[in-house]
Amino acid sequence: MNILVFVESAEGKIKKTSLEAVAYAHGMGGKVAALALGTVDAADLAALGKFGAAKVLHAADARLNDGVIQAYSSVIVQAMQAENADVLVLANSSLGTPVAARVATKLGASIATNVTELPETAAGFVVKKSIYTGKAFSKIEMKNAKKVIAIKKNAAEVKEVGADVAPESFTPQLADADFAAKITATEKATGEILLPEANIVVSGGRGMKGPEHWGPIEELAKVLGAATGCSKPVSDIGWRPHHEHVGQTGVKVSPQLYIAVGISGAIQHLAGVNSSKCIVVINKDADAPFFKAADYGIVGDAFDVLPKLIEAVKAAK
Amino acid sequence: MKILVCISHVPDTTSKINFTDNNTKFDSNGVQFIIGPYDDYALARAIEIKEANAGTTVTVLNVGPADTEPTIRKALAIGADDAVRVNAEPSDSFFVAMQIAEHAKSKGYDLILMGRESIDFNGGVVHSIVGELLGIPSLSPVMKLELEGTKAKLAREIEGGKELLEVNLPFVAGCQEPIAEWKIPNMRGIMSARTKPLQVIEPMAVDSGVSLQKFELPPAKGAVKMISSDNVGELVSLLKNEAKVL
Ligand SMILES: Cc1cc2nc3c(=O)[nH]c(=O)nc-3n(C[C@H](O)[C@H](O)[C@H](O)COP(=O)(O)OP(=O)(O)OC[C@H]3O[C@@H](n4cnc5c(N)ncnc54)[C@H](O)[C@@H]3O)c2cc1C
Ligand SMILES: Nc1ncnc2c1ncn2[C@@H]1O[C@H](COP(=O)(O)O)[C@@H](O)[C@H]1O
Repeated sequence: MNILVFVESAEGKIKKTSLEAVAYAHGMGGKVAALALGTVDAADLAALGKFGAAKVLHAADARLNDGVIQAYSSVIVQAMQAENADVLVLANSSLGTPVAARVATKLGASIATNVTELPETAAGFVVKKSIYTGKAFSKIEMKNAKKVIAIKKNAAEVKEVGADVAPESFTPQLADADFAAKITATEKATGEILLPEANIVVSGGRGMKGPEHWGPIEELAKVLGAATGCSKPVSDIGWRPHHEHVGQTGVKVSPQLYIAVGISGAIQHLAGVNSSKCIVVINKDADAPFFKAADYGIVGDAFDVLPKLIEAVKAAK
Repeated sequence: MKILVCISHVPDTTSKINFTDNNTKFDSNGVQFIIGPYDDYALARAIEIKEANAGTTVTVLNVGPADTEPTIRKALAIGADDAVRVNAEPSDSFFVAMQIAEHAKSKGYDLILMGRESIDFNGGVVHSIVGELLGIPSLSPVMKLELEGTKAKLAREIEGGKELLEVNLPFVAGCQEPIAEWKIPNMRGIMSARTKPLQVIEPMAVDSGVSLQKFELPPAKGAVKMISSDNVGELVSLLKNEAKVL
């Protein structure tokens, strides 16, 4: 089985979620080639070998520096053909998922997104995917010869399994039509830890009372190396930016640790966090529904508990 | 201008999910169905565009069996002009996308709006497959969409930020907030929805690349461990030594 992995980068650095895609492909067995597009750090490219790629392809064309959905789809199909690949693996993301869909359509491939585990191949090729916004799973048989798999965060563990490989340059054919949708600007938060990719998330809800009280949330996030999130009403009223809104209609996170402060735990919020490994809830109301979904809980006032928690984390370091 | 809005008919966001028939069928017992929340944003934006541009028509389409019709009527009550139901169980994303593309290919829609994802299958792919099938751009998740003649300016959410784009009509967009405010039907809308045209068409045959084996529910959550607010240090040591997440 030949597997192509599309790896995404941001500011030249390969994304952790893409390393998970390489680890996933390596876990499937078979021959793994990784494809990176646009300007990417040479060291990051070579290191893909360490995480399981036997071959690294790099299309350095500067027109690919922005994630243009149609152009990316077309380049990936060309790489699949060049590598004689049966399977494409990539990470679910705002770029990966639309690209997966277009590639699968071009190739007549079976497609599965939100995949959470390695395929079972004893009878057919069966993947497990998250559905109903994390409230359930389905097991799907992918029947076509070609397959496109978009994995959810934490579907595979990134491990060093090999050594650096020298990247090979890949020169795709690009048509003007691939750039029909023109990206005129990108506004990207730099430097901060991105919510969808974070290992720890600290989220605040309406219980935080106002944007001027977000200091302790940000400080706890900082000492933990965490991203900050919020509930929907908090972003609706503009206390926090829209991209921090977690839940059914916002970002779905699956970190190792999710800390919810002053969030009641409405089912729509839980839907976005229930694949977290460990959930801590801090709420002044002992009957807040969130406690039922938590691993650890503290009943108390956020403004009393947070400073103590920040000190305790610092002390434990 | 002609706009097509594709809506899914999905369990209300507060629904508990259960399965029957040996975990092969969704248990709709006691479940209330709604227009997908993201699809509702798409519909709301379509109606805003219609209100601002005389002569614009909005068609809603759903791929689903007859029991989705109340959901389709709700979209008509919100302000769509007419509706199409493709009479089939929406078995998988590719199947649904093929039906939508088959309907749309000869209708000359200027804009095809959908939600960024359905909240049942969460594929996040139907819009992109339709775009590819029709050979036009597809963009998702779109959080802003402004028309300027035959061109549109969009903002697409990317991890931790956004991307601004320009694209010519026609194209497909998967929508999310804050593209528009959800609209609630008023009495007049509800009355007029009863008589708006709802055309039922039969599906085309599609060779689906996937088949469902079974559904599963996540393992039950263990009991929560409560820690006193006077002993926050204990939480940190539990996270470190018991949960091993620090
Ligand atoms: C279709 C639909 C989709 C939705 N999607 C989402 C979604 O994606 N994400 C989402 O979050 N919501 C979503 N919602 C909204 C959801 O139903 C809830 O209204 C929302 O999650 C509540 O936010 P909250 O917990 O911050 O606020 P509240 O429900 O007001 O809860 C505030 C909590 O803070 C606690 N509190 C107050 N003061 C303090 C204090 N000093 N210290 C500690 N605790 C304190 C209170 O006890 C309470 O539990 C959606 C709703 C609908 C209808
Ligand atoms: N059965 C359906 N009928 C019409 N439109 C649908 C259907 N299922 C999904 N869609 C549209 O496609 C979008 C993406 O769905 P999905 O790929 O399933 O996440 C949804 O937000 C809807 O706008």
